[in-house]
Amino acid sequence: MTEITLGHYLLLAAIIFTIGIVGIFLNRKNVIVLLMSIELILIAVNINLVAFSVYLQDIVGQVFTMFVLTVAAGEAAIGLAILVVFFRNKGSIHVEDINTLKG
Amino acid sequence: MLAHTLIFYFFSFVTVASSLAVISSKNTVHAVFFLILDFVSISCLFIMMGAEYLGMLMLIVYVGAVAVLFLFVVMMLNVNLRDLRTGFLSYLPFGSLIGIVLLIEIGMMIGTWKFKDNFIKTSEIKINTQLSNTEAIGNVLYTDFLYYFQISGLILLVAMIGAILLTFRRKDNLKRQDITKQIMRERDDGVSLEDVENFKGVKLND
Repeated sequence: MTEITLGHYLLLAAIIFTIGIVGIFLNRKNVIVLLMSIELILIAVNINLVAFSVYLQDIVGQVFTMFVLTVAAGEAAIGLAILVVFFRNKGSIHVEDINTLKG
Repeated sequence: MLAHTLIFYFFSFVTVASSLAVISSKNTVHAVFFLILDFVSISCLFIMMGAEYLGMLMLIVYVGAVAVLFLFVVMMLNVNLRDLRTGFLSYLPFGSLIGIVLLIEIGMMIGTWKFKDNFIKTSEIKINTQLSNTEAIGNVLYTDFLYYFQISGLILLVAMIGAILLTFRRKDNLKRQDITKQIMRERDDGVSLEDVENFKGVKLND
């Protein structure tokens, strides 16, 4: 219990991942919090990658974390840009209003 | 070793608590601040693990760029905060059920998982303990992962162009330079010769 092992980090990442998933379920009105939940999920994956990288003494995990970071930054920028355009057109950021693609 | 354990539990507690606060806080600005706290404590965990470069990178990219971007958007959009919370409780039983089941599943997987005995890695790049973490990553990133590095740069470029194009709004009442119109312009469009009689003056139709 006093020794911090790989399992502790994996469990922490699992908890954050689950919180992110639950956040997507709960916030059906606010797209900004939805995007933040996606960031939480990505950060949980990053924790997993870094923990395994340190545990296996293999640097590739840390390099891959950098690429995940890059994609997360791009995703946040594009998501927020879409959000701004959506708010300009509809005047709200409700998830339930995003149904024009239904056809 | 005990200090290491205690610090790990402290940072983990802060991380989990602030993640919960992110998804459940009433005010979106508060949610962004809790997200910043989350990122900071996770970067501290990275530094504890021995990945100093990634810890610092997390601070720069997430706290410095992504969280500030979120904050800007939250403050620019004038949304009714009370309106955003309705329906939170109606989704709570379903959401927490899914969450608990997911957590139990992942927990069972982590609890029972172990490496195969005859586990053979196909490729690995060992961490050189003589070098600093930044130098070790740099040695790998600019040699073995050069193409991936370039592609990630392209992804950022595409994201930048996409964000600019999406939010760009062309104004109608703004005067702009139109090169084609300038070149197509003839002499007669702008200048006309008139015969002016003495003491009469001339009336120009413009």
